[in-house]
Order: sequence, then C-alpha cells, then structure tokens
Amino acid sequence: MTAATTIPDGALAPPGEGKRTLAQAVGWAAFALVLLWAWKGADMRPLDLWKDSGNMRIFLAEFFPPDFREWKSYLREMIVTLHIAVWGTVLAIVCAVPFGLLSSSNIVPIWVYQPVRRLMDACRAINEMVFAMLFIVAVGLGPFAGVLALWIHTTGTLAKLFSEAVEAIDPRPVEGVRATGASALEEIFYGVIPQVMPLWISYSLYRFESNVRSASVVGMVGAGGIGVILYEVIRGFEYAQTCAVMIIIITFVSTIDVVSARFRKLFI
Amino acid sequence: MANGAALSVAGLSKSFGAAQKALSDVRLELEPGEMVALIGASGSGKSTLLRHISGFVGADAGSGPVRVGDHEIQAGGRVARNIRDLRAEVGFIFQQFNLVGRLTVMTNVLMGQLPRIPSWRSLFGRFTQAEKAEAWHALRSVGIEGIAWQRASTLSGGQQQRVAIARALVQRARIILADEPIASLDPESARNVMEILARINREQGITVLVSLHQVQFARRYCTRTVALRLGEVVYDGPSADLDATMLRRLYGAAVEEMLDGTETIDAVMNDPVVAEGLGPAVASAAA
Repeated sequence: MTAATTIPDGALAPPGEGKRTLAQAVGWAAFALVLLWAWKGADMRPLDLWKDSGNMRIFLAEFFPPDFREWKSYLREMIVTLHIAVWGTVLAIVCAVPFGLLSSSNIVPIWVYQPVRRLMDACRAINEMVFAMLFIVAVGLGPFAGVLALWIHTTGTLAKLFSEAVEAIDPRPVEGVRATGASALEEIFYGVIPQVMPLWISYSLYRFESNVRSASVVGMVGAGGIGVILYEVIRGFEYAQTCAVMIIIITFVSTIDVVSARFRKLFI
Repeated sequence: MANGAALSVAGLSKSFGAAQKALSDVRLELEPGEMVALIGASGSGKSTLLRHISGFVGADAGSGPVRVGDHEIQAGGRVARNIRDLRAEVGFIFQQFNLVGRLTVMTNVLMGQLPRIPSWRSLFGRFTQAEKAEAWHALRSVGIEGIAWQRASTLSGGQQQRVAIARALVQRARIILADEPIASLDPESARNVMEILARINREQGITVLVSLHQVQFARRYCTRTVALRLGEVVYDGPSADLDATMLRRLYGAAVEEMLDGTETIDAVMNDPVVAEGLGPAVASAAA
C-alpha cells in the first residue's frame, strides 16, 4: 500500500507538464510586452505624481470646504438630470422589447436576428456623449438631446440583455401554449414574456441606475442637467463649488443605486 | 380513407439523418370516442408519432396524410398552412406538463380559449366572465378548482397535469393526445390522472390517444392498444390480448423496461388489480 501511495524523491513530473508551463510563460511574456508597448502611448509618468505632490495638495485644498451657496440651482439641475434618465430609460425599454425579441435566435429566423443584432451593436458601440453631441446639432442644446442620446444607447444595451434572457427560457411552456392553437404573438405573450419578466425588470432598473450616472455626464457637452453646471464650475476654476456639485451627484447616484438594488431583489 | 374517423394516419414515415428511421409507414385509425394506448420502449417512436399528429413536426416527403376529423394536419411532409387554427381541435398533454409556471392556474387554463377570442383581447389578457366561468368548470371537473388562483409553479406534478387536462377541456378539443402523461408522477397521481382521462373519454366522448411505457396501465384503462417497436406498428388490437407471451414476442428482452422494472412480467399480468382494472367494455366482453 505504501509503495503505491508515496512518491519517491526526485520523481519525474507527469508527462505533458513541461508543455503547459511553457505555454503559460509565453502568455505572461506577451502580456508584459503589451504593457510595455502601451506605456509610451498612454504617456505614463508615475514619478510626476511624486514630484508634483505639492501642487496636488494645494489643488486638493481648494476643494474644501465645499461651497453650497448655490445649492438650490444644483438641486434643480440634478432633478432635471433624473428626468433625463427617466425618459431616456423608459423610451429605451419600450423599444428594447421588440428589438430584443427580434434579436433572439429562438424566436425569429437568422435573417431577422442577425441584421437586428448588428443594428443594436451599432446603437451600443457609440457612447452616449457622442450621441449627445450629435443630437445637440439636431435638436439644440438642452435636456431633450440628452434624452435622445440615452434612449439610443440604452436601447442597444437592453435589447441585447433582453434577448439573452429570451434565449435562455425553458421551451416547454412555450410548446404548451402552442399546443392550444395560439398564434405566434400569443405564444410570445403567454409563453415567453412571463418567463423573462423578472430578468427584464431587473435589467431595466439596473440600466436606470447607470443612466442617472450617464445623464450627469451628457450634460457636460451641453445636453442639460447637472452636467452643464459641473462643466461651468470646472472651467471657471471654482473648485469649492465643483466639490459641492460632486457631493450632490454622489449622494443622488448612491441613493438610487441602493433603492433600485433593493427593488431588483424583489423580482429575482 | 374511412370517413368519420377521429384520427387517421396513413403511412407516416420520419427519418432523422440518413440512416435513422424514427417512424416507418405508420398506419393508425381511431374511431370517435375511443381511448387507445400507445405503448413501446423508450425510443420506439411514441412521442415522435404524437408530435406529428399535432403538427409540431413535418414527416418525410413521401408520407401519407395525417387527418384529425375532417382536417388534414399534414400530408407528404408538408404541415398544413393553417396548423395553428387546426391545433385548437387537438388537446396535447405533455410528460412535463408544460405549464407557464409564473402564471396562475386560471390563466394557464384560460389559454385554451386563445384561438377563439380576438387577439386584441387575448394579448391584453382580457377574458370575459363567461370565459373564466368555463375555465373554472373545467378545473372543477378535474377536482382542483380550489387552487385556481395559485401560481402553476407551486403545484405538485399531479396537480399540474390536471391543470393541463383542464386546459385541453377549455380548448374544447375533440381529441386529446397524451404523451407519457404519467411518466413523471408518483403512482397515486398517475392513477388519478389516468382515471380523469378515462372519465372525460367516457362522459364527454373525447377521443384519447395516450402513450404509456407501462403496459399494465394500458391494460387497465384502454380497451385497445397500439404497440410500436423501432418506429413500426407491431401490434394493434385488444389490450386484453397483450399477455406476457405476446409482449415477449414483440419486444424480447426489452419487455422488462415496459413494466415497473421492479416486477417481472408474469407477476404483473397475474396481478388481480390489473386484471380487474380493465375497462368496462373488456370486462363485459370477457364475461
């Protein structure tokens, strides 16, 4: 028994082991090369952090104490930001339901879901900021451009998430509905949607959280809300006011995150 | 083709891939009001046959027609264009019940009405009082009206299968195809579900074709049995004649699988419950 279970000193490694370690070494070397290659492009100057630490300390000191004298207008614009997020998200959900179903391989044939998926990829690939700048040209400065930007981008994201939920459903209940002689649309309404509803709601709430964050940024290019103020105070070197605006954004976003996370738990 | 048959399958073949023949030249006819068992070991083609009758799948190109009542479900491998309308006539009971678990029992049963109501109402879930009353009566006839407002996912297997039967009743199907309806149930629920199928067959004259892989249930509840082996009909006749010798001749060693697995075939065939449980027609014929 002992002869079989004890390994003699200096035993050879199991065959094939050498190949694996070599592959791992090559992988790590490649990763190191990528880091080195990107160093220059990214203009990495870690020593400057040390060298300019005095300047940074002065800069940071200017943020405190935060200046809340204009809090009423900050709050008003923060609410506008919320409004942008609400409309951008709701319009996106309404569009993501049909687009999500049309990108699901178990609902429609390949010649439908492939083009729809590419269209959704395009909506998703371009950042809200870029869409916001384009829509400002189209509809002018202000929150509406922000709504449109969030709408397009979020439609692309939600449609993908929705269709992934649809592709993971249990096909048997759908067949049960089909067996009653239901139409294709009734099959989806009675067999598919009840199954994906909890996930869809959860994804939508999650996107609403992200959209509150995004909405505060799209303002920086002029699409309304708190972002406009943030941009102005940074450009005006009003760092105490910048600090106040940032505190308001953080408070709002965290509160919404917590509330919506609680809410999402109800549906899963 | 005999007119007035509830179901007729005239030469149905289905191959998966080049070599594998799932069904070959299956011929079958059911008179209105019959309750027929479809038996066979796993992989003998029972499910495949039922799924063809419901038009879920198309057969091979050279196949003869499948008709339910006056309607042609498929012919020559082409499923009827209006198959969704035709399916309303065919109730289908699944081994895994296939209810929508997150919806209430009531909504699951109301789905049987979908083909009859306009889509603007069905898509918004607007059912009339009369429609709900019909669903409730169907639930009462299978003995579970008390759980009408529970979510289907909270029910036991036996209860779920009864909901599925209620759905087929609300569908007002003239024929019910049951694909291994009791294979996932405990013995008590299995008996209960078979009793209900036998009762709606007897009282409402609904034709029933039920696939089973346990021969004793076929002998107990159906006067006629059709036996499949490797996609071919190898027996079509009185269930009473399916004795141990006959089953051994049809299935050889595989016969033990078609019983409970715990008993030998001779023990089952001599079981007084099985013999006594044979449908009334058989019992009277024997007497």
